[in-house]
Amino acid sequence: MAATVPDHRAERSFSSPSDGDLARLVADLGTALDPDRARSDPLELALYARDAGVASGRASAVCFPRTTAEVAAAVQTARRHGRPFLGRGSGTGLAGGATPVDDPVVIVTTQMNRVLEVDVDERFAWVEPGVLNLDLTRAVAHLGLHYAPDPSSQQACSIGGNVATNAGGPHCLLYGTTQAHVLAAEVVLPDGTVTMLGGLGPDQPGYDLRGVFVGSEGTMGIATKIAVRLMPDPPALRTLLLDFTDVDAAAATVSGIIADGLVPAALEMMDADITRMVEDFVGAGYPRDAAAVLLVEVDGLTYGVDDAVEIIRRVGTANGARTVRVAADAAERNLLWKGRKSAFGAIARIAPNYYLHDTVVPRTRLVEVLRGVYAIADEQRIKVVNVFHAGDGNLHPLLVFDGREPGVMERVHAAGDAIIELSLSVGGVLSGEHGIGLEKRAHMRSQFSPDDLHVQAGVRDAFDPDGFSNPHKVLPAGSRCGDIQSIPEGVWV
Amino acid sequence: MSRVEAPAPRLSTDEVTERAREIAEAIKSSDGAVVAMGARTQWEVGGPVPDVDHALVLRAPSGVVAYDPAELTITCGAGTPVGSLDAVLAEAGQECPLDPVDPAATVGGLLAAGLSGRRRLRWGPLRERLLEARFVTGDGRIVKGGGPTVKNVTGFDVPRLLVGSLGTLGVIVQVTLRCQPRQPVSQWTEGPVGVSAADVRRRLFNPSCVATDGRGVHVLLEGHADDIEAEIVSSGCLPVAAAPLAPAGPWRGRISVPVTAMRALVVALGALSAASGDGPSVTWLAEWGVGTVHVAASSAEGLLAARALAQAQGGWLLREAGSLASDGAGTGAGGSDATGTGGVDDGYGVGLPDPLIQRRLKLAFDPAGRLNPGRIPL
Repeated sequence: MAATVPDHRAERSFSSPSDGDLARLVADLGTALDPDRARSDPLELALYARDAGVASGRASAVCFPRTTAEVAAAVQTARRHGRPFLGRGSGTGLAGGATPVDDPVVIVTTQMNRVLEVDVDERFAWVEPGVLNLDLTRAVAHLGLHYAPDPSSQQACSIGGNVATNAGGPHCLLYGTTQAHVLAAEVVLPDGTVTMLGGLGPDQPGYDLRGVFVGSEGTMGIATKIAVRLMPDPPALRTLLLDFTDVDAAAATVSGIIADGLVPAALEMMDADITRMVEDFVGAGYPRDAAAVLLVEVDGLTYGVDDAVEIIRRVGTANGARTVRVAADAAERNLLWKGRKSAFGAIARIAPNYYLHDTVVPRTRLVEVLRGVYAIADEQRIKVVNVFHAGDGNLHPLLVFDGREPGVMERVHAAGDAIIELSLSVGGVLSGEHGIGLEKRAHMRSQFSPDDLHVQAGVRDAFDPDGFSNPHKVLPAGSRCGDIQSIPEGVWV
Repeated sequence: MSRVEAPAPRLSTDEVTERAREIAEAIKSSDGAVVAMGARTQWEVGGPVPDVDHALVLRAPSGVVAYDPAELTITCGAGTPVGSLDAVLAEAGQECPLDPVDPAATVGGLLAAGLSGRRRLRWGPLRERLLEARFVTGDGRIVKGGGPTVKNVTGFDVPRLLVGSLGTLGVIVQVTLRCQPRQPVSQWTEGPVGVSAADVRRRLFNPSCVATDGRGVHVLLEGHADDIEAEIVSSGCLPVAAAPLAPAGPWRGRISVPVTAMRALVVALGALSAASGDGPSVTWLAEWGVGTVHVAASSAEGLLAARALAQAQGGWLLREAGSLASDGAGTGAGGSDATGTGGVDDGYGVGLPDPLIQRRLKLAFDPAGRLNPGRIPL
């Protein structure tokens, strides 16, 4: 290998296209795909100007490929016109990862939504990126299999988007995030060529390209076909609800269960306000006067699961749990989970807007961080509720507000920044499952040194040396030596 | 893994920081090849190692930096022997299923070699264990990748690139690993006579290992004693005292093949072993559902023959021990000589996928190509 020093150029920015440029771009995309599936009318562009987060941007065109070849053609067309591109699934991301910056061509994969192959013996499936997370589990349920990662948005989010964000969910506590469930991905690389990252074999020669692609938030290309692991349904499954009269006792129970040698399939916590809101919304049977509830699920073989239930009961009771309820049947289990998964819907009833955070802290620091989160919210006069993956320390403070109130956004952002800095100060990380996107780029410097970021920029450049794939995401400006600090034009956060 | 070593000592963050700084200084104040050295239990894995007499040889510190069982994570110096780390975890009823063949292997060496243990079927590959790494790049930068918590999607997953990088991307100094509770019972069994590995696997919920050597099926069951008892009864597996022996011989390698091609590969390997009366002896152990086959041979020709079979099934063989010096005839189809090392085997026998991306990655970590040159055929 030639010993040359890489060119530490600044991250590329793209100037806005003229109307004439746009017309030619859309015409070419229409030729490459189908005129009906390449659009640029204002309504369409507005629909794709943001994801489910708060940042909004601007696309130059939107297209809807149906095959790998069409994705490649769209990428090549964008590049030929000097435009960046952005792959997008269902757009349920919360960090602005799918918010278009620098007028990219948005390449939407929702029409690539077939389950291509299911191998029951070897327990994997080939799927297209637009397949919805829950639809995959539904498609294999009759085979006694399921797809383990289960983000709260699982009815709407796509597998392709899950791969881009390395999505998590309650059941990642035991089974791992998307990363652990992707065997291979066919990818249209930023230069418009098609490759296969990973494979159905356990190891590939060289570096783990598949591994670094998962969670790269669209900055290393677009997955067009994905091989995912399927898990056998467990023979035994028990769901418990524990309720507490103070938050500390609930958090101590979380640590106690893990320290006792048990890793539940899921271990979720909800604080007083969200428990009451959810109960009023869906009537799941949660105690309205609890200071906190834990929703715990254990699965596996019968005896081990029975033992686990007793461990949870013992640890919970020792820490002052008021009641320990074990779901008697599937209907009761589903009701308990419906409560947890309806949390965001319940919030909509009390305030028009919310801002959801996603930091991770060491499990043993949960209590002090929760107290800090309440204090920060009080100081900024913002209501905060907490519903989160307690088992892996993944906090989701929800700042609830009415965006029409003058000055409220400044306080929401101040509270969010303080929560992030608090989480980092106890040895936590910026994001557990939502990703960095645009939202947390500026905070990357709080977790990583200039040398850390320099290496990460080099990793991104290895896949996309010209910076065409979802520019300005993940890494803060200035990550490369010689980068110029700038806020991308046309972005409103 | 049996406990054979004393628990690892404590190591302070200050000591790690100081050692990282020394390593960075040593790299910056020299030129030429840089080799990170652990216990040298996997020294021959992959391509040839640079001559250590003419290289800067660096060692990572050993010891536990932080461990709280309630976090299910442990942070240690990369030079910590896996066996002594396991002893620390065992005291708290936990483990990290790294499962090296030799527990004297250092954590950093094991991660750099990237070879997953035998319980991968249930507990996942080695690369899923590494949460955070502190390492020194080829241009002397002290870099942290990943994060110390069990869940983290902050930035690009740099630690993952280090696993299996064979010391070509950085000198790993400190790592944080994800642990798990030790299972109450861990029992090796043998599958019923005449029942295939695939069929045995189908009878079980979540075995830790299903392995076959062509003569019998070896199954590792882990969990609650009563569940194991019940699975033994329902599957027809019989408890045995010991794990199946790893194939032994002067030439060893590890095949990675698509899980869908395992059946055909095992048939071909069986024929190769059976035909070995007048040729080289080849033994193997296949991990069903994983796609890994451990191979040992009495000669280079034997290992190259196994490599050719793997490549015919869309797989490849990573050399683990024994010289495969090529006389120009023996290397398998699809073999590459991209290293330009003449007759010396590159340890892989196949070209790397997406070589341009791989080379650019290498440059991002090691712009002057000083770290373990030739170990991966870039």
